Amino acid sequence: MAIEIEQPRVGLSKVAVSKTHGEDSPYFAGWKAYDENPYHETSNQSGVIQMGLAENQVSFDLLEKYLEEHSEASSWGKGTPGFRENALFQDYHGLKSFRQAMASFMEQIRGGRAKFDPDRIVLTAGATAANELLTFILADPGDALLIPTPYYPGFDRDLRWRTGVNIVPIHCDSSNNFQITPEAMEAAYQSAESMNLKVRGILITNPSNPLGATIQRSALEQILDFAVNKNIHLVSDEIYSGSTFSSSEFISIAEILETRGYKDAERVHIVYSLSKDLGLPGFRVGTIYSYNDQVVTTARRMSSFTLISSQTQHLLACMLSNKEFSENYIKTNRERLSKRYDMIIKGLKKAGIECLKGNAGLFCWMNLSPLLEKPTRESELALWKVILNEVKLNISPGSSCHCSEPGWFRVCFANMSEQTLEIALERIHKFMEQRKRN
Amino acid sequence: MEFTRKNRQLLSRIATNDRHGENSHYFDGWKAYDSNPFHPIHNPDGVIQMGLAENPLCFDLIEKWIRENPDASICTAEGLDKFKDIAIYQDYHGLREFREAVAKFMGRVGGNRVTFDPNRIVMSGGATGANETAIFCLADPGDAFLVPSPYYAGFTRDLRWRTGVEIVPVHCKSSNNFRITRAALEEAYEKAQRSNINIKGVIITNPSNPLGTVLDKETMRSLVSFVTDKKIHLVSDEIYAATVFSSPRFISVAEVMQDMDCNRDLIHIVYSLSKDMGFPGFRVGIVYSFNDDVTNCARKMSSFGLVSSQTQFLLASMLSDDEFVGNFLRESSKRLAKRHHVFTKGLEEVGISTIKSNAGLFFWMDMRPLLKEQTTKAETELWRVIINKVKLNVSPGSSFLCSEPGWFRVCFANMDDKTVEVALDRIREFVLQGKEENNHEADKSQARAQRWRKQNLRLSFSSSRLYDESLMSPHMISPHSPIPHSPLVRART
Repeated sequence: MAIEIEQPRVGLSKVAVSKTHGEDSPYFAGWKAYDENPYHETSNQSGVIQMGLAENQVSFDLLEKYLEEHSEASSWGKGTPGFRENALFQDYHGLKSFRQAMASFMEQIRGGRAKFDPDRIVLTAGATAANELLTFILADPGDALLIPTPYYPGFDRDLRWRTGVNIVPIHCDSSNNFQITPEAMEAAYQSAESMNLKVRGILITNPSNPLGATIQRSALEQILDFAVNKNIHLVSDEIYSGSTFSSSEFISIAEILETRGYKDAERVHIVYSLSKDLGLPGFRVGTIYSYNDQVVTTARRMSSFTLISSQTQHLLACMLSNKEFSENYIKTNRERLSKRYDMIIKGLKKAGIECLKGNAGLFCWMNLSPLLEKPTRESELALWKVILNEVKLNISPGSSCHCSEPGWFRVCFANMSEQTLEIALERIHKFMEQRKRN
Repeated sequence: MEFTRKNRQLLSRIATNDRHGENSHYFDGWKAYDSNPFHPIHNPDGVIQMGLAENPLCFDLIEKWIRENPDASICTAEGLDKFKDIAIYQDYHGLREFREAVAKFMGRVGGNRVTFDPNRIVMSGGATGANETAIFCLADPGDAFLVPSPYYAGFTRDLRWRTGVEIVPVHCKSSNNFRITRAALEEAYEKAQRSNINIKGVIITNPSNPLGTVLDKETMRSLVSFVTDKKIHLVSDEIYAATVFSSPRFISVAEVMQDMDCNRDLIHIVYSLSKDMGFPGFRVGIVYSFNDDVTNCARKMSSFGLVSSQTQFLLASMLSDDEFVGNFLRESSKRLAKRHHVFTKGLEEVGISTIKSNAGLFFWMDMRPLLKEQTTKAETELWRVIINKVKLNVSPGSSFLCSEPGWFRVCFANMDDKTVEVALDRIREFVLQGKEENNHEADKSQARAQRWRKQNLRLSFSSSRLYDESLMSPHMISPHSPIPHSPLVRART
């Protein structure tokens, strides 16, 4: 048995001791409350309902049905070889059949309005890894990326933590439905300059998390022009592209490039993942699609640190290359999400709550600013705590998404059954009634 | 899309420097193999791949297990009811069953002399990801780690590229079988200090790649006491732990720590299933630290390289099957031992010696007698001859930063028995400096191919589908290969 010796605290890296992993944010505190008292339809009806998790559980039956009918997609031992080759396959190019299936899936999501070359697809273990990897490639430590607010809280960690890169926000507000304007982009750029930060790129999420809305064509054109003007990169995280309620409303940056004859394309990079559209976050399937050869080559090399399990690549290659399945999935998934969205909007409206007009994603952007004591972050957090502890709903406060206007909240609706959503809406309704009386 | 010079400035320093390591001449061997890969029937004169440390010798056991346990897959009828829960599961703690199974497996591999705590098991994208994560947690850009040489060529990228950390080699010599001595460590440490290089730790690979030897208890204790003394970290990459096939047994740093005065906060283990089980495609890397802060930090970082939950689920089931694991480990050792013996004996017969080794998927071959002069240049020349004339892709010692020219790492597990014979024949002939003319060579290789067809051998690359006429010859490419086109392996679409 080792003798315990008093030792001085041993040194770890600066990255290790920094707080840039972001886990001290209220975004995560709500999770804790949920973990300690999770709602359950039968065994814990008074528990906290998780509405802070952007997961897509509405279309699992479609996946399960496919697997039932195509169990050979993943079985190996039924007299066919494949297991050992698959288990040995660690090539960072990724299974060609999988890349082809991903390219085809991405095209289908965009209604065929853009083409994707499988050889430009780089595979990473999730969009988390894809975003970090791109940042390593496009920016040096101390540089900056411009990101429109409100944005996904995870970016603080994914883009900044180990890379040492800064985020400079492009402030958007409700006066124009949080759209990104050239003035706001310019202001952010100047702000970075004044802090002596070299801007290397602008990163947009389209459809937006947390807004739950697609970026309009005119805005995309302006954003691309801005990137060209400043000679910086444009990263378009299109992780929710398959979750738009109507196929025609999502315009990918790929389409903009297509109409421009791919001029200036070498500064554009698209991030995608199956975590939201297919509801498979556990499988860790992320991709980088870059129009820049050097970025593709370098990203591929770097993907060595974060490859996708060959077993998972194989399964999904089979599934996604089945056109009948994928077309039906995309269509049905959209319909169900749209239905859910309508349900929550209606329910919130009944309770006297307005939301931003959304058309995509697994969440809605709820406006509770009328309920704030003061239009401050502190008031917002106070309200959030009440909703968490009394109403027992874990929703995400806008401040955790760096929203400059207090009072907005992101509310997820796709990670639960319809019944649970009904219960959540009832609780909100009751809460609003109580407040009216007081 | 045109790539213009202007674009180079648009990318980061990390993106445009050479620290990814792929411009090394080391890859010339891969290129030679890739452009002319050996095939028993279609290309019997091709280059035999002996630079790839892979372990497919026991796939038959694994395939049998998979057939008999369909509920270990979430995609079969038997396992489908678990699909949804597993597909959603992205918690960076990892499935509890997975962590427990891996902890138990690591314990067994260490001879059950240590119990590993499942709560210290942290996932990463293969050992590649695990080593990088460890460095991110322990060192800042500009810091350095001591690495005994010869060492795994991939460290150049894995430890340095994105971390900005440097490697200071601790050169080991053949005069004492490349043992890592306290004196060598001290000397390297002092020298670094004098040059204002901040050493943050030592990273060892045990069993050693490329030597194939296990570190003895004394060396292990010396390492632990050295780092405790200097208050620096020790990362022990134990990725080859279960490839030990004869004595002396593998001793994990975890075991050595148990009865020593040391600072546990300094000790970290990297593990993976890529070599021991032969699953490099599944990307199962593990960071196991005795330091709570490092465990927590590495766990957060694992978000950048989690193991697919589908794979976690499968392996949780497989590795907790005690009977299967016991049988697998025994068989694996047996087959590796046999393969190793065939090679080393064959080489002995023509006067080539190898470092006495008892682990790993390779041996460390001494070609110094064949060097024109004892220089790296001569080693490289000899290597080119071996690649281009003898047609074996072996790895030159210089690519492992070996300070003594003339050593070569030769992988022996990634081929079937017949290919082993062919490889040995070629080495024998080269060494004995056969003066046979090319047409004699052609006759011989034709005769070999015919024998092959007749004997209808079970190749360890499995079925004839792999040698489908319409496909290119098989070649498996490691993450390090810069070869642009994708390899043979295709999904069943």
